Amino acid sequence: MAALEELECEYAKAKRDPRFQTELDDLLRNYAGRPTPLSFARRLTEKLGGARIYLKREDLLHTGAHKINNCLGQALLTRRMGKRRVIAETGAGQHGVAAATVCALFGFDCVVYMGTEDMRRQELNVFRMRLLGAEVRGVDSGSRTLKDAINEAMRDWVTNVRTTHYLLGSVLGAHPYPTMVRDFQSVIGREARLQILKAEGRLPDVIVACVGGGSNAIGIFYEFLPDKNVRLIGVEAGGRGWSLGDHAARVAAGITGAAPGVLQGTYTYVLQDDAGQIASTHSVSAGLDYPAIGPEHAQLRDSGRAEYVSASDAEALEACTLLARTEGIIPALESAHAVAETIKRAPRMKKTDIMLVNVSGRGDKDIGILREQLAL
Amino acid sequence: MPLNFNAKPSLVAYVTCGDPDLATTRDIVLAATDAGAQVVELGVPFSDPVADGPVIQRASERALRNGTTLVQVLELAREVRKQRPKAGLIVFSYLNPVLRLGLSRFCAAAADAGVDGALITDLTVEEAGDYLRAMRARGLATVFLAAPTSTDQRLKRIADVSRGFVYAVSRTGVTGTREEVAADARELVRRLRKFTRLPIAVGFGISTPAQFAEVGEFADAAVVGSAIVQAIEQAGCERAPQAVAELITSLRGARQRKKHSAISTQHSAKRSSC
Repeated sequence: MAALEELECEYAKAKRDPRFQTELDDLLRNYAGRPTPLSFARRLTEKLGGARIYLKREDLLHTGAHKINNCLGQALLTRRMGKRRVIAETGAGQHGVAAATVCALFGFDCVVYMGTEDMRRQELNVFRMRLLGAEVRGVDSGSRTLKDAINEAMRDWVTNVRTTHYLLGSVLGAHPYPTMVRDFQSVIGREARLQILKAEGRLPDVIVACVGGGSNAIGIFYEFLPDKNVRLIGVEAGGRGWSLGDHAARVAAGITGAAPGVLQGTYTYVLQDDAGQIASTHSVSAGLDYPAIGPEHAQLRDSGRAEYVSASDAEALEACTLLARTEGIIPALESAHAVAETIKRAPRMKKTDIMLVNVSGRGDKDIGILREQLAL
Repeated sequence: MPLNFNAKPSLVAYVTCGDPDLATTRDIVLAATDAGAQVVELGVPFSDPVADGPVIQRASERALRNGTTLVQVLELAREVRKQRPKAGLIVFSYLNPVLRLGLSRFCAAAADAGVDGALITDLTVEEAGDYLRAMRARGLATVFLAAPTSTDQRLKRIADVSRGFVYAVSRTGVTGTREEVAADARELVRRLRKFTRLPIAVGFGISTPAQFAEVGEFADAAVVGSAIVQAIEQAGCERAPQAVAELITSLRGARQRKKHSAISTQHSAKRSSC
């Protein structure tokens, strides 16, 4: 609790400090490569024959995904708190790579916890983190995925709390993380709003983003929350079936198995059994393979402001191929879930409608899995 | 009120229920009580025990493979209560299984089973309002963890809402045995003492008679967890109750050894193999 209070306090001070925002803006622009483009997907739009589709290109950021937005913000906070050691968890490896990157940039020691199943699936990112000077510690407990990596990172943090900052990568965990990470990611929506107004002269009808913990989704949704006519659609991992253990969909329509509960310091919808034990999950994309959804998404779902659906492993793989071949963009398998929903939804929309899709990361890290899964 | 700490120091024993199985756990709890544990913490296994080190993580995994649930742990408590009316019994759980059962149902069932109170590892005092009301309504003690990193302001808050005893975490980190009791512990107890007259139990890392005696110099009780769970792991079903009794006896010092060894052996002789 002391560390959470320290972080909350430091973050509150930083928010009021114009120098903090100036330095973060500078890093986002001159190091990470912001603003990211908003690309009109001409061939995908023609192919699907419905809404005009725009892609928010977080895949073009340094390190290949939106995760760097949050890592740069938290790195600045780490320095302000006078800490020199950073720990992080990672699922797909995107957050781990972004954490290792900012630690190299700031000269922090970095330890990344990663489930051994994910290390196998995301071998390339493991090597990238090591190349960047981070120590990657394999976690062999539970399902050996993101949830277990967070458990181990939390154990490290409570042990080394006086010297260490926990650079949590999603809108999860105890306060202030869900709020703080959302703030750092909300740059996505602020840019996208200006960009779509410039391109189309009006706001989009629908925004689609994938949701694991939900940081890229809340990042693009947040600026549009007051715009009640903009429908916000979160896409969860439907995995390989509807049984508990076969998917990672917590709030999508038609899903059972999730109930309000507490996991890793967050009260939200959690996939669990009748006795309150956390369920195992499955998704072809390691970044969505997590049994709880960020608490703000739970609230948006309950208030009806955002809607949540799911896309299966097979649909995501198909979407990945389609985007590659129509637009020359290979999305991360996480982002491919948002593309899969776009493929279902755009044809049912009017040709004058506008759809905005968050391509939260690029698919280079998934080439190994794609090779296994697709017979090309 | 069976939560008494009249021995100086008293011993609080933690066991993960359902490891190796519930029948053995019952015998272990009886043996621990007879060997001189004033309070037994009945650990509810959880899929994601973030506050626990490897020993209790392994025990939780074994217990969950046996399908152990919170409801079964409460049933176990009822059996123990029938046989040992004076034993102190605390349910030690992560929050989610309790929430899933429902706070008021949990408290009603715990009180009905004869449990004295509960400690919810990942429930902070800041978020405990509903829980405190539900527990108070059933007359159940609410035990909270205090950490060396807690500010005085927070220690006061923890002391204010605690009932039964306060659990002082000896050092930053997860459960598990350590070579020495950190200096953190002594300082934390001194700071806590300013805010409460409740007994203070020190836990995390206590596994030897010397550590037990050392804690006794400055606290009312020592909690022994991982060392007991490890003894169970090593002893196997048949010998586990006796192994735990022997460990507790040795921790409490040679004086008590004779008195209790006979009793604990009886338990292990009575029970069937698991």
